[in-house]
Amino acid sequence: MSSFWSAWIIVLTLATLVVLIWLLRWNMKNYTHIEEGQEMDHEFDGIVELNNPLPKWWTYLFWACFAWGFLYLALYPGLGNFNGLLDWKSSNQDVRSLEESRQAMEEAHEKGMIVEYDRSIRAAEEKYGPIFEAFAEQSVKELAKNEDALDVGQRLFLQNCAQCHGSNAMGGQGFPNLTDDDWLYGGEPSDIKTSLLEGRRGNMAPFGEQFSDKEINELANYVASLSGRDRDPDLVEAGKANFAVCSACHGQDGKGNQQLGAPNLTDNVWLYGGSINKIEETIRYGRSGVMPAWKNILGEDKIHVISAYVYSLSNDE
Amino acid sequence: MSRFKHEFVEKNLGWLSILMILAVSIGGLVEITPLLFQKQTNEPIKGLQPYTALELEGRDIYIREGCNNCHSQMIRPFRAETERYGHYSLAGEHVWEFPHLWGSKRTGPDLARVGGRYSDEWHHVHLMNPRNVVPESNMPAFPWLAENKLTGEDTAKKMEVMRSLGVPYEDEDIAGAKEAVQGETEMDALIAYLQSLGTALQQADK
Repeated sequence: MSSFWSAWIIVLTLATLVVLIWLLRWNMKNYTHIEEGQEMDHEFDGIVELNNPLPKWWTYLFWACFAWGFLYLALYPGLGNFNGLLDWKSSNQDVRSLEESRQAMEEAHEKGMIVEYDRSIRAAEEKYGPIFEAFAEQSVKELAKNEDALDVGQRLFLQNCAQCHGSNAMGGQGFPNLTDDDWLYGGEPSDIKTSLLEGRRGNMAPFGEQFSDKEINELANYVASLSGRDRDPDLVEAGKANFAVCSACHGQDGKGNQQLGAPNLTDNVWLYGGSINKIEETIRYGRSGVMPAWKNILGEDKIHVISAYVYSLSNDE
Repeated sequence: MSRFKHEFVEKNLGWLSILMILAVSIGGLVEITPLLFQKQTNEPIKGLQPYTALELEGRDIYIREGCNNCHSQMIRPFRAETERYGHYSLAGEHVWEFPHLWGSKRTGPDLARVGGRYSDEWHHVHLMNPRNVVPESNMPAFPWLAENKLTGEDTAKKMEVMRSLGVPYEDEDIAGAKEAVQGETEMDALIAYLQSLGTALQQADK
């Protein structure tokens, strides 16, 4: 803050306090030449004003407020560039990036300043850091058997993941079920962790222009038949002829490709609904699914624990 | 001093008004005026981008639908908040917001850093009917957003007004504004806006 604005704040603040003190003292004196308790010669509709002093309790309260005010301004940053005797502030505000934020935290710490927010972060790190460190040393598979870790993982899951995957992790239309051992991008611990850290982008192209409505219906019937569902054999046979286009991602046998996030079409698990209508919709308009990246939001340690929780959901003992 | 009587201000409306205005404005003079001239409140954070035409339209829909009545955009510097929402809000993130949408009530969660947290698809499903993804949600549904199409008639004008307030729009941003939003649904615009919220601070680090 420039010294002009600093001075502006200091002068206005202190001047206000001084004027108020003068006002209070002035009103405590009897300058009216009328004795206490006597009439003030005001009369409105028969109501008279007496010359009563300011109430004692009120006056003391006023003085107490001044005392509090001056004490506060001495200890805390209230007067322009003066940081206060405690060297306390609530947070580092004058930063322009996360990097600067971290630097400001370090600098304030080195200078011995008390930054309330930083203090709470440090306290939390001291308390929870070792717990997460211990978790980080275990593999996801080991962690998936650790009740404490799973409790923590579930909490984190409910807070951050349940919005899409549901509080029971069973997903919904367009949001994968995490409990069914059917994985778009692989269910090994490292796959789950990658999905969480980096996010995933699944894209199925629309085929509405390439195929006629009839062909799309045939394809949908063929796709439904892959999961062993009972469909009209003629439609299935006709659809099979066009499946070559689909097999580029979903494979010849329709078992999908976890490298691409192309779903397995043979297991009767349907991310976007398994009715013929829905399958047609998927073929006609395509689909795009996005799993956001959580590395920057949650950090690796928490993601490690969430990975263990998610892994445990489909790998129960 | 003793000649100065209560009666003077009590019976003289002009002086009473002047002294009252003086008394009530001191707080503002001390707390607000200096902020208008601080680097901290006027300089954008690294990598801050003005809203695109579509995001700006989305922002207006956010205001029209009153989203700010239930959602704040201000993460306070408390660990309990930053654990949930991310780094606390910085003044430099809001220098191009006219008006700012910090809000003061959280019936729903804070949205200051909702950008990138969910997929576009999730926002679409959620705005059509929040209960489809969050069963216990009490947020209203906004299905008409998916039907209403933007014409882009006023978009360039809005951007010019923003520029006159200090948002660094280029001429070509404004020239292409109508084309950029025409035909998009209000849903698209709102989602584009939501996906932009609070992301600059994350990206500045990369």
